[in-house]
Amino acid sequence: MEKRVIFRGWLLPICLVAPQLIISVVFFFYPAAQAVWQSLFIPDPFGLSAQYVGLGNFEYLLSDKYYRASFVTTAVFSILVTLCSMVPALFLAVCADRLIKSSGIYRTLLIWPYAVAPAVAGVLWMFMFNTRVGIISWYLGQLGYDWNHVLNDGEAMGLVVVASAWGRISYNFLFFFAALQSVPKSVIEAGAIDGARFWRRFFDIVLPLITPTAFFLMVVNVVYSFFETFGVIHTITSGGPQQATTILVYKVFSDGFVGQDLGSSSAQSVILLVLVGALTIIQFKYVEKRVHY
Amino acid sequence: MNKKILGVLAASTCFSPLMAMAETEVHFWHAFTGRLGELVAAQVDDFNASQSEYKVVQTHKGNYSETLNAGIAAFRAKEQPHILMVFEVGTATMMAAKGAIKPVYEVMAESGAQFDPDAYIGAVKGYYTTTDGDMLSLPFNSSTPVLWVNRDAMSAAGVDPDTDMSTWEQVGGVLDQLKAGGEDCPLVTAWQSWIHLENFSAYHDVPFASQDNGFSGLDTVLMLNGPAQVAHLSAMGDWAKDGKFIYTGRRNEGGANFRAGECALFTESSAGYAGISSEAQFDFEVRPLPYWKAVASEPQNTIIGGASLWVMQGHESEEYKGVGEFLSFLSTSDVQAAWHQNTGYLPITAEAGDATRASGFYDENPGTDIAVIQMTAKQPTANSKGLRLGSFDQIRGIIDEELEAIWSGDKSAQEAMDSAKERGDKLLRRFETANK
Repeated sequence: MEKRVIFRGWLLPICLVAPQLIISVVFFFYPAAQAVWQSLFIPDPFGLSAQYVGLGNFEYLLSDKYYRASFVTTAVFSILVTLCSMVPALFLAVCADRLIKSSGIYRTLLIWPYAVAPAVAGVLWMFMFNTRVGIISWYLGQLGYDWNHVLNDGEAMGLVVVASAWGRISYNFLFFFAALQSVPKSVIEAGAIDGARFWRRFFDIVLPLITPTAFFLMVVNVVYSFFETFGVIHTITSGGPQQATTILVYKVFSDGFVGQDLGSSSAQSVILLVLVGALTIIQFKYVEKRVHY
Repeated sequence: MNKKILGVLAASTCFSPLMAMAETEVHFWHAFTGRLGELVAAQVDDFNASQSEYKVVQTHKGNYSETLNAGIAAFRAKEQPHILMVFEVGTATMMAAKGAIKPVYEVMAESGAQFDPDAYIGAVKGYYTTTDGDMLSLPFNSSTPVLWVNRDAMSAAGVDPDTDMSTWEQVGGVLDQLKAGGEDCPLVTAWQSWIHLENFSAYHDVPFASQDNGFSGLDTVLMLNGPAQVAHLSAMGDWAKDGKFIYTGRRNEGGANFRAGECALFTESSAGYAGISSEAQFDFEVRPLPYWKAVASEPQNTIIGGASLWVMQGHESEEYKGVGEFLSFLSTSDVQAAWHQNTGYLPITAEAGDATRASGFYDENPGTDIAVIQMTAKQPTANSKGLRLGSFDQIRGIIDEELEAIWSGDKSAQEAMDSAKERGDKLLRRFETANK
């Protein structure tokens, strides 16, 4: 039976939701509405005049094959970041979960990278892989591999993915670790008595039981890779070589704040808004069906 | 260092409220840090000490792009400074914003400050002057690309360091010899679009864009896919493939390689002088930028990079008087000569150049005058006056991407430049629409 508490009257419930509503309106709906409005114009940077172009900005963007290519880049990038941040996190969580002694130390150490700001993480990785003074690129050179992410698009993509996923592993680790701790010992023991080995138990019992956490992390990580990886890309590649690491949100920034093209930038924000909204709906509609709470 | 200066400024304004009341404040936003930031602060301090009516307050607002953005955001919020430093790439953006800027010639006329437009070097002034000859912004820091040579690296590879490298044909031969002599990094560059396309076009007197490179109107299209530019980039692409030209990045990343003595030749701004002279542990030399004998029998002039000072609308006339006095102070021969000698930037007046020559600076620091000669040897033509293209920061980004496609061998020079033209023209049309 579901429990329900019903408020009498309107005043109290409205007061209770008001703070959340006000924050949403001021910080989300109002700017979003402004972006939609601005996307219909080509304004000059100083806000002195604006030409109404209707859907012209969208037409301009969607007819640009470099902009369309940016969707593919974004898809590749976010899938890789999500995978590279979730799989190692799960592995580490499983390892830490099995520890009997000193798991607290491991836990603390594994959470540390999360405290590093994305831009700082970007600079860190950029220096390690710097083609001239980077320590890792130097070792690669000793092994006979000529690392050059300045010209090689695959290497550039790999580098920004690793730099973006690295700090995120800690975040995912925390959630996975908590989820693993909450798996009832009795079901695992039952599996063990039935003769299932560790990995069999893991895939058949533990993994299905932590799918809600995995699903939550997937949604959060996709959103992260769409919006918050900007600092890493800005410091490491600035979207290059060519357009190999220009993801959608980076283009919003560079067109709007470097190119002063606010019309195109707003239109891109609107497209991004629709895209992420649709993606989240798909995730909840289809992927969630396979999640067992 | 900057924080320190700001701290001192803040403290001085706190402790001297009476002084501040009597003086008219003029706000100046710039993009310089480090040594350059200190030099700007010193110029401002000198001006403030030289008179008691006005007080210039200088603030660092980030790099060039960030400073321009800060100025634009401030204008929208009606909090704009009096003087804003804008890099040459933002010139068309500022020029088109007629309601946001107050042209320098107007400010000078109204303030009654000393101002002689003819005193400024033509090639520098031309970039910021209308076709009618009205100066819209005051040139502040201007430089032009030159060829830097690591003489020790040349000798080490068995190449005579005195070899003539006036033309790219000769440079090509030297690159072959350097490579054969075991040099890993024969040629490196900074600011690839600025040096190898924008300056290349001016230097060979071929157009970079129609409508006199955008000087005569907003309905301009790029012409950087012409045969001269494509021939040059093809040669560079071949050198990149053979490991004779090493690509290090879109900005001046290559400077670190050159200053560490890892590269033999380096095309970079004349303003690289301050860094190279203080860090280089080898014998270096400045040469004029090479040209293609096959394209031009002799080179035209190169164009400038750097920034100019724009005066913003919306302040009191008393304050504009202060702005006029300050700009006039910056243009004086002593201030300019010191700036030129300390930084490697070009002097903006002919008088400052003469003063520097008379002081014997060029004899003591050979090569520091090459940039001046290269820019002023010939009267600028319609192709070598400069560039005035809207959304140019973005267009440079596109050019960088297409050049990377050439260096990595993904595209031929012709394909890459055709694509750059097509993509850049779209941005130019948008800019035209925005500024109708």
